[in-house]
Amino acid sequence: MIWLLTKTLRAITTLWLVVTFVFFVLRLSGDPTLVLLPDDIDEATRDFYRQLWGLDRPIMVQYWSYLGALLQGDFGISFRNNLDAFQLVWDRVPKTALLTGTALLISLAIGIPLGIIAALYRDSWIDRVVMAVSVFGFSMPNFFLGILLILVFSLNLRVLPSSGSGTWAHLIMPAATLGISFAAQFARYTRSSMIDVLNKSYMRTARSKGAGPLRRVNLHALPNAAIPVVTILGFKVGELLGGAVITETVFAWPGIGRLLTSSVAARDLAVVQCIMILLAFTMVVANMLTDLAYGWLDPRVRVGAKAGAR
Amino acid sequence: MSYLEATDLARSYQVGRAGFLRKPRSFFAVDGVTLTLNKGETLGIVGESGCGKSTLARLLLGLIPADRGVLTLQGQQTLGVSETEWRALRRRMQLVYQDAAGALDPRMSVRTQVEEPLHIHGLPLDGAERALQAVGLFGAMADRYPHELSGGQLQRVVIARALALEPEILVLDEPVSALDVSIQAQIVNLLMDLQRDFGLSYVFVSHDLSVVRHISNRVAVMYLGRIVEDAPRDQLFADPKHPYTRVLIDAAPKPDPSTRRAIRLEVGDPPNPADPPAGCGFHPRCPLAVDHCRKEAPELRRVAERRVACHLVSEPFG
Repeated sequence: MIWLLTKTLRAITTLWLVVTFVFFVLRLSGDPTLVLLPDDIDEATRDFYRQLWGLDRPIMVQYWSYLGALLQGDFGISFRNNLDAFQLVWDRVPKTALLTGTALLISLAIGIPLGIIAALYRDSWIDRVVMAVSVFGFSMPNFFLGILLILVFSLNLRVLPSSGSGTWAHLIMPAATLGISFAAQFARYTRSSMIDVLNKSYMRTARSKGAGPLRRVNLHALPNAAIPVVTILGFKVGELLGGAVITETVFAWPGIGRLLTSSVAARDLAVVQCIMILLAFTMVVANMLTDLAYGWLDPRVRVGAKAGAR
Repeated sequence: MSYLEATDLARSYQVGRAGFLRKPRSFFAVDGVTLTLNKGETLGIVGESGCGKSTLARLLLGLIPADRGVLTLQGQQTLGVSETEWRALRRRMQLVYQDAAGALDPRMSVRTQVEEPLHIHGLPLDGAERALQAVGLFGAMADRYPHELSGGQLQRVVIARALALEPEILVLDEPVSALDVSIQAQIVNLLMDLQRDFGLSYVFVSHDLSVVRHISNRVAVMYLGRIVEDAPRDQLFADPKHPYTRVLIDAAPKPDPSTRRAIRLEVGDPPNPADPPAGCGFHPRCPLAVDHCRKEAPELRRVAERRVACHLVSEPFG
């Protein structure tokens, strides 16, 4: 219980730091009225909008009133279209969730089995091929891979749409672009973690018990090898969201990432802040889930668990 | 009657990788070991680090393949058998080794791990409880995870795990070396009790002469992958024949610090097994070596109850 309380307190602190940092950095980055309003507009109109958006007040006053509004669930108004910033962002969430979720599934479904196979056939040609491909996979920047895929599958072969999000066909390339580098990373982590575990004495013990290869891998090797991989998974969720920003831009995928790039360019402060808070919140939750999964997987880090409790 | 019988067992390892224009070099960790284990007895195997003791232990269990040699259990071949036969053999021969903490899966309660071999072989699980009680682990202790137990308790778990299948032979590879001396005594006495109660045969591998002397009926001394001397315990300790055995026994710490050593090693370190000396493997360090020792490797010759491999030991022993 105390564990959950400290975790929650830390999570709230993290979110507050993110809010504060984003708030001040955005306000240092320039005057939104210069970007949003036409160049030839008179100063009086600019002042009108500055007053309307509250930009004329001292920055600390803006900060406290923003924090106060946040605590009541008010994320502010988009400068561009006067819509509720949270609603604007929230409408895009399903698209991004679909993209990153599919990418994560692809990367796990490809990366983990490949890592396991590479570890089991360590130093064989299978291992070498898997590792060579994985170097290629994660050294390829995803904007480049995305453009390459568009060239091949949209322009030359004309089998997949290059942008948009209407059908399943639209999902294939962005999800693959985002997923491949993670698949490569998961393959590497899984391989090294598996090799580590396979060399442990308890694997030899399992063999001397008479356990067959399948049982040894499934019951002893995989659960133990999963521990470090799960830890990394928590961090990777953050990277995945970061990758989504670029991938969504390349494929014109109407998710949070593309909203973020356009909002930053337009100095649409409330929207950017809202997205950043949402991303930070997702990260925090992902890491808490990782911690929970970690305790479940590894009895040595189980906090407050009584001996013998399952 | 001999029970477990090894004839000319050998196992080599590669040193480094094969490269372009480079042949991988290999060396024999165990080089032609012949030994027998009788039912209900304890065969101690002693030697320095790197002499091939642990490799021999694993060869005896069939956990690693042998390069050559024959291994029989009650006349039945145990090397190169099918997977099914090999698994059936696992029920009869079990391994206990030094690193008890590493030998246990950190994610499973110790009871689950003691039960696992029974699961695998389709035996009733109550054997686990009996095995745990036999090693002195009762009740809630068995539901703990490895990290919640002490070194001595872990070694008991490892022994219980080996006992659960009711094997006939236990190969114990340095089973007490990692433990405190007081715990060592507990475990050694436990092993002796278990041997009496269950009629087990032990192969007890150790570098600790005093422990081996305490538990063994017979002792084999290994040097550079070969057995150099093999004799009933009391004979070996009272009257060691091979110079290496004499050095080894003499080097063991004695309660009286003023005791003078009768015989000393010429060179401190054992030779590199990848590049063994010609002739007798021990000659560079042997204080008694003569020319003949540098040219020809001595055979392991049997005399009465003893076997010894040394040119200088003439028949009859004198």
